[in-house]
Amino acid sequence: MDNVYSLLAFVLLAGMILGSALLVVTLRNLVHSVLWLIVMFIGVAGTFLLLNADFVAAVQVLVYAGAVCIMLVFGVMLVQRPNMEHSNPINWRFKLAAPLVGGLFIVIGLLTAKSQLVVSGQEVPAQTVQALAPILLNDFVIPFEVAAILLTVALTGALLLVKEVKANGNGS
Amino acid sequence: MVDFALTHAWLVPLLPALAFVIIVFLTRPWPKLSGAVSIAAMFSSFVLASSVAYGVFTNPGFIERPLIYSLRWFGMEGFTVDVGVMLDPTSAMMLFMVSMVATLIQIYSTGYMHGDPQYSVFFSYLSLFAASMLGLVISSNLLQMFILWELVGLCSFLLIGFYTFKISAREAAKKAFITTRIGDFGMLLGLLFLQIIFGTLDLAGLAERVPHYEQYGISLGLLTLIAILVFIGPIGKSGQFPLHVWLPDAMEGPTPVSALIHAATMVVAGVYLVGRTLFLFSEVPGAAEVIAFIGAFTAIFAATIAITQREIKRILAYSTVSQLGYMMLALGVGSLSAGMFHLWTHAFFKALMFLGAGSVLHALHDKADVWEMGGLIKKMPITGWTFVIGGLAIAGIPPFAGFWSKDEILVVTLEYARQGHALGYLLFFLASFTALLTAFYMWRMIFLTFFGKEKPENHPHESPLSMTFPLLVLAALAAVGGLIGTPWANVWGKWIHFGHPHHGEPNYGLMFFSVALAVAGIGLAYRLYYQDEEKKLAKQLAERYQPLYKLSYHKYYIDELYQWFTRQVVDASAAVFYWFDIHVVDNIVNGLAGATKLSGQGLRYFHTGRIQTYALVFFLALLVITVVLAFGSPTLAGSMGGVHS
Amino acid sequence: MGTALNPSYFMVLSAALFAIGLYGALSRKNAIAVLISIEIMLTAVNINLVAINKFLTPEAFIGQIFAIFVITVAAAEVGLGLAIIIAIYRNRHTVDLDDFNWMKW
Repeated sequence: MDNVYSLLAFVLLAGMILGSALLVVTLRNLVHSVLWLIVMFIGVAGTFLLLNADFVAAVQVLVYAGAVCIMLVFGVMLVQRPNMEHSNPINWRFKLAAPLVGGLFIVIGLLTAKSQLVVSGQEVPAQTVQALAPILLNDFVIPFEVAAILLTVALTGALLLVKEVKANGNGS
Repeated sequence: MVDFALTHAWLVPLLPALAFVIIVFLTRPWPKLSGAVSIAAMFSSFVLASSVAYGVFTNPGFIERPLIYSLRWFGMEGFTVDVGVMLDPTSAMMLFMVSMVATLIQIYSTGYMHGDPQYSVFFSYLSLFAASMLGLVISSNLLQMFILWELVGLCSFLLIGFYTFKISAREAAKKAFITTRIGDFGMLLGLLFLQIIFGTLDLAGLAERVPHYEQYGISLGLLTLIAILVFIGPIGKSGQFPLHVWLPDAMEGPTPVSALIHAATMVVAGVYLVGRTLFLFSEVPGAAEVIAFIGAFTAIFAATIAITQREIKRILAYSTVSQLGYMMLALGVGSLSAGMFHLWTHAFFKALMFLGAGSVLHALHDKADVWEMGGLIKKMPITGWTFVIGGLAIAGIPPFAGFWSKDEILVVTLEYARQGHALGYLLFFLASFTALLTAFYMWRMIFLTFFGKEKPENHPHESPLSMTFPLLVLAALAAVGGLIGTPWANVWGKWIHFGHPHHGEPNYGLMFFSVALAVAGIGLAYRLYYQDEEKKLAKQLAERYQPLYKLSYHKYYIDELYQWFTRQVVDASAAVFYWFDIHVVDNIVNGLAGATKLSGQGLRYFHTGRIQTYALVFFLALLVITVVLAFGSPTLAGSMGGVHS
Repeated sequence: MGTALNPSYFMVLSAALFAIGLYGALSRKNAIAVLISIEIMLTAVNINLVAINKFLTPEAFIGQIFAIFVITVAAAEVGLGLAIIIAIYRNRHTVDLDDFNWMKW
C-alpha cells in the first residue's frame, strides 16, 4: 500500500512541477513567472522528500525557494519598467526550440527506457544529515572549501560589478 | 697496463676529445696551456694506443677473433644500434699509427703556429680531429663509423678554412666539405641498404651475413650496387677520381693540418673503411674491379698532374692522391695486407714530407713556388736530408719503407693479372708507370727545392727543435718502417690480412723491375733539373709538348669542367626550380591563405553575437549526435567514438 | 513494474523538466527569464542525481552531495548573473538578449 501512496505522491508532485514549470516559461509577466518558479521549487523539494533526501529538500527550500527567488524578484524590480504586462516576450526562436526540446525529451525518454538500471534495493538511511556530514567534511572537504571560496568570490564579484557601473553612471 | 688498455681502448679517442672540451671551455685564453693540454692528452692517448697495439700483436687469437665490446646505444623492435670497440690487428695498427703521427704533428705545430692569434683554437681542432679519427678506427659499427666519419669531415672543414681571413681558404673549406658530402651521401644510402637487408650494421655481424646474401633475398647485382654505393664514400673522402678535386685545394690550411689530413687521418679514412668492409667487396667481383680500376686510374691521373705543378704543397697533394690510388688498387685486387701496408708506410713518409714542406715554407715566409727555391739543403740540413729520406721512400728505393709496400702492391696486382682478370695487366702497367712518374716528380721537386743554385733573395734558416724533432722521428720511421713487411720475413702479412695470409715467394725480378723504375725516374729528374742548371731541356720539353703540358698543369681542366657543370646545369635547373617555387608553390600557398581568409570573411556573418542562437545550434547538434550515437548504425557510432548502449 | 517507484520515472520527470527549462532558455527574450530557465534545468539535474542516489547507491550519498554542490554553484551563478544583467541594464537600458549582440564579428 505504501507503494500506491508514494506513486500517487509522485504523480501529483510531477504534475505540480511540470505544470508550474510550463507556466514559468510561457507566462508573459515576469513576476508571475518567478512566483510559479517558487511553486516549482517547492514541488521539487517534495520530490526530494519522496526520495528520502530530507537535507537536500531543506536546502532546496531554503536556497532556491527562499533566497534565489527573492533575489530574482529584486532583480526584476531593479531592471524592469513599472508595467509588468508583456515584460517577458517570446522571440522568434520558439518555433525551432519547441520541436528541438520535444525531440530531446523523446530521445532521453527512449534512452531511459532502453537502459537497464541496477537497482540496489537497499533503503536510504533514515538519518541523512548525520550520514552526509562526515562525507562532506572528510572526503569532500576540498570541494567543500572550494565551493565556499566560489561563493565568496561570486558575492564579491557581484558587488563589484554593480558598484562600478553605478560609479560610472554617477560620473557621466 | 696492457689488459687495462685493451679493455679501455675507448679512452684513446676520448682523451683528445676531452682535451678539445677543456681547451674550448677553459684554457682558450692561455695558448701555451692549451697546447700543453692538447699534447699531453694526445701523448697519453699514444701511450695507451701503443699498449693496445702491444696487447693485440702479442696475441695471435685476435687475428681470427677480434676483441669486441659494445654498449647498446638505442634499440627498438627489430632495430638496434650498438656503439663499441673492435680491436683486431688492423685497427690496432691504425690506432698506433694515427696517435703517433698526430702526436708528432702537434709537437711540430707548437713551432709552426707559434705566435698565431688563434693558437688555442688550432690545437682544439687538432685534438678533435685526432679524436674523431681514432674513434672511427676503433668503431665496431658502421653507423658509429659514419658519424665519426662526418666528424672527421667537419674537422677538416674547420681546419682547411682555419685562416678565415683568406677567401681562398674559405672557398677551399667549402669545396672540401661539399665534395666529400657528395660521397657521404652515396655511402649513407649504401649503409641504409645494408641495414635494411641484413638487419645490422655491426661489422662482425655483417661479415657473417654478407657471404650468405642469397638467404636475404637479394641478387648479386643488388649487392654490387650496394658495394659501389658504399665505395662512393671513400671516393669522396680519400680523394679518388672524380671527387679528388678538394684534396689539392685543402692545402690552404696550415701545413700541419695538411700533414694530418694527408698522412694520418682524413684521407686514409676512406681506405680504412674499404679495408674494414672488404668482406663486402670480396663477395662482388664487379665492385672490386671498380675499386681497383678507379684506384689505378687515380694513381696515374694524379701523378701526371703532379709532374707540372709548381707549388710545393700542391705537388705533395697530388702525390697523396696518387698514393691513395695505389692503396685502393691493392684493396681492389683483394689484398688487405698490401693496402694497409702502404697506408702505414705512406703515413710516415708523407707526414714527413708535408712537415718538411711546412718547414721550408716557414723558412721562406710562405713562398711556395719550387722554381723560386734552390739550394736550401745547405741552410736547412735537417729539413733537407729528412726530406731526401722521404723522397727515397716514396720513390721506392730499398730499404726505405715505400719500396716494400709498393713492391707488395705490384706483386699482388701481378698475381691478380695472372689469375686471368680481364684488366689485370692494364692495372699492373698503370701501377708500374705511376711508380716511374712518382720517382720523377718527387725528385724534380727535391732537386728544385733543396739542390741547385741558391736564390739570393731567399734567407732561409733551420726551423726550431720542436719542428725538426718530429721530422727526425718520422724520417727514422720512413727509413725502417717497411722492414716489418719484407717478402723474406713478412710479419705484416701474417698479422694483417683478409682471408688467408699471403705467402708469396720473393719475386726478385719484380723487385729489380720496381727499383729500376724508381732509379729511372730519379735519374730523369737528375738529368733535367740538377745537371742542367738552367733547366733548358725541361723548358724545351714543355714548349714542344705544350698542349700536354698545359693539360697537366691545369689538372685536366677538371675544376673548370665542374664549374661549367655547376654554371650550366645546376644554375639552370636552379633557375627553373626558382621559377617553379615563385610561381607555383608560392601561389598555392598564397592561394590557400587567401581561400582561408575569404571563407573566414564569409563565415563570420554566422557570428551574430546572439547567445541564444548559439545555444540553439549547440543543442540541435547535440540532439543529432546523440541520435546518431544511440540509434545510428554501429559502424558510424563506432567511428564517432561512441559506445553503443 | 507494479506500483513501486522506479528510477525511470524520475529520469523522465527530470528530462521533461530539463526540456521545459531549455525551451525557456532558448525562446525568452528577457535575460532574467533565461536565468530562471537555467535554474529549472539545474533543478532537473538535481532530481536525477538524488533519484539515482536513492535507487542505485543509497549508502554512498554521492548523489546528494553533488546535488548540494549544484545548488551552491547555482546560487552563485544567479547572484553573478543578476549582477551582470543589472550592470548591462544600467548602461544600455535593456534586458532583451537579442540586443546583447556586441560580441559579433
